[in-house]
Amino acid sequence: MPPTVDVQCLEQVREVSWLCYKMGDAAGRIESAGHTGRVARVLLIEDDTAVRTGLEIGLRRYAHVVSSAVTGEEGLRMLLTATPQLVLLDLMLPGMNGFEVCRRVRANGPVPIVMFTARNDDLDIVSGLEAGADDYVVKPVQPRVLDARIRAILRRSEREPASRDHYRDLVIDRAAFTVTKNERPVGLTPTELRILLELSRTPGRVLSRQQLLRTVWDQDYLGDSRLVDACVQRLRAKVEDSPSEPVYIQTVRGFGYRFGPL
Amino acid sequence: MIAWRGWFLGLRARLLLAFVIVALLSGTATAGASYVTARRTTLADAQSQILLQTRDRLDALAPTISRRPSQVELDDLVSRLKEELPGRVAATYRSMQAPSVVLAAETRAPDVPVALRRSVSATGHFMWQRIEFNGRPFLVSGTPMKDDRGQLSGLVIYVLSDLDRLQKSLDALGRSTIPIMVVCLLAAALLALLAARGVLRPVRDLRHGVRVLAAGEFHTRLRVRGSDELADLARTFNDTATTLESTVGELRRMEANAQRFVADVSHELRTPLAAMTAVTDTLDEEATRFGGDAAAAVRLVSAEIQRLGHLVENLIDISRFDAGRAVLRREDDVDVAELVAATLAARGWTDQVEVAAPTRISASVDRSRVDVIVANVVGNALQHGAPPVNVAIAQTIGIDGQSDVAVEVTDHGSGVAPEIIPNLFDRFYKADAARGRTEGSGLGLAIAQENARLHGGTIEVEASGDVGATFTIHLPGVSPEDR
Repeated sequence: MPPTVDVQCLEQVREVSWLCYKMGDAAGRIESAGHTGRVARVLLIEDDTAVRTGLEIGLRRYAHVVSSAVTGEEGLRMLLTATPQLVLLDLMLPGMNGFEVCRRVRANGPVPIVMFTARNDDLDIVSGLEAGADDYVVKPVQPRVLDARIRAILRRSEREPASRDHYRDLVIDRAAFTVTKNERPVGLTPTELRILLELSRTPGRVLSRQQLLRTVWDQDYLGDSRLVDACVQRLRAKVEDSPSEPVYIQTVRGFGYRFGPL
Repeated sequence: MIAWRGWFLGLRARLLLAFVIVALLSGTATAGASYVTARRTTLADAQSQILLQTRDRLDALAPTISRRPSQVELDDLVSRLKEELPGRVAATYRSMQAPSVVLAAETRAPDVPVALRRSVSATGHFMWQRIEFNGRPFLVSGTPMKDDRGQLSGLVIYVLSDLDRLQKSLDALGRSTIPIMVVCLLAAALLALLAARGVLRPVRDLRHGVRVLAAGEFHTRLRVRGSDELADLARTFNDTATTLESTVGELRRMEANAQRFVADVSHELRTPLAAMTAVTDTLDEEATRFGGDAAAAVRLVSAEIQRLGHLVENLIDISRFDAGRAVLRREDDVDVAELVAATLAARGWTDQVEVAAPTRISASVDRSRVDVIVANVVGNALQHGAPPVNVAIAQTIGIDGQSDVAVEVTDHGSGVAPEIIPNLFDRFYKADAARGRTEGSGLGLAIAQENARLHGGTIEVEASGDVGATFTIHLPGVSPEDR
């Protein structure tokens, strides 16, 4: 039997661990296993019983609350009932395939999606990122790696010191965690929002893909820079007037991205 | 120059030459023989006609000719006969001769040869001789006249016929063979070229076919024209190509099947591995609660699951290379020193490896693949060599702005025996057969090499000294224009 988790207790743990994180563990890796990290409500969509059970055990070990679905359809239904903070999605699903599920989850709201892929299967990775995934992990995955990714994603939803900044038509409210363009709210996922926050904090300064990987995805130098590129594309589609001629998020060839100059 | 020489030595030129020589020889021989024959018959005909005419005329005129002429009569006779006979006329009687002026005085005609005069007066028969004067042929005949009783009267009438017209027509005949000869030679050359084409086209087709076949296009076939030896050759070529195609196809199918099998097995293994890997952390932690053998067993299972995971990942990597599906994703401006540091850090090797590198090395490489290369080579050094393991990174920048990176990994173990160096990058190659299973999957160096090759680079091994082995990873950069 997997250990049951007292949700109230978890909330306390979460506070403590967040402090721990803020105080020092810059890499975001909380090496000691168990109940010290931030925890999330995770929706796991995976058709293979053994993998599903294994991941449930592994994730509960890190105190995450896991609800699981066997098919994409079931997963989409549970998205409404379980209100997950994060979706773990296997791309190889019977019935509705993973990419389609990914698109529908994304259409439904800004909940972050982490997909499982085969090792270095470039086509899957690119397609998954295009379908709206925020991150990917390669099967077979160590629970502690998965936990680190989950933590990094949850951290993206952390509030910033309150400030409300105007950039031309764009208003970024760091307290309310909202972005409006021409007074209309822009629906951003936590990852997209975090990229926008990181870039707009220092307008005109170039952040390399590796820096963004580190601050947003919590990944080291070996992380996959396509995560950044895919996410920037989606972000541009939402905030730029003309995504092919970006004004807010500009590419600096060979270096990275830059907010402005406006 | 050489091309021309090749052309001259070529089959076409040789055929052309042979045809022309044959045509020239046969043409010359035929024309020459016909000319000689024609000349002989024409001359004989003309001569006999002239001689007959001369005799007939003189026979007819004989009664009117005085048998004992005076000089005046002789001159008169000559001038009279001039009208009747084909050619100039001269007559001799005793010591007289007419015309009184010697024929030879006229530069355009020869004198009657002395030999002919003697022969005629000696034999008393009608005689003739062909002579040449100033390059012109003449026919001279001498007719001794007889008196009423049939006795020789001493009067001899010579007729000198100019054969120049005949000679001219014969020359014309000879000349007329030249244009015919030229036409024949041209025709021979044309025929030679046609024949050469007929031979050369199949040969050229064959050469092209062989070249294409050698390049691995086993489906290539030649069109068989006709039923000569060249057609036989083309047929043999086609049979060979068919056999090759089926054999190579079969081999490829078998290899592809084997590769696909490995790939399929690896993929199938991945799902149960994913399930097991997901619980290894749990197993490790729970192991402390068990005591003794149970704890050891649980740790063993957990460790082996991880190893199995690496093996399957490596197998999947290798099968992707085999299937040609490995894609290189170069990124500009990758700091190789930073990348190597990240590789070592990610595997917890930072303390065991000393890195010497300039502060910044910028290259255009695939980060994840360089990570795999460095990790496998350094991992190999840590496992089979002895510490300290040193990594030295160097960069050379060519004149075209292309920057090549060399990563040198040196250990201080017992080195590598020279005879096993060629096999070092073979899959599942065990340098020491007795050692059996090692920590690695046996695919590490093979994968490293495939990744280096994908970059257009190499991995070289040097183990000449007593101490350790040096693996040098060469990664050629791309010049800025090629990016």
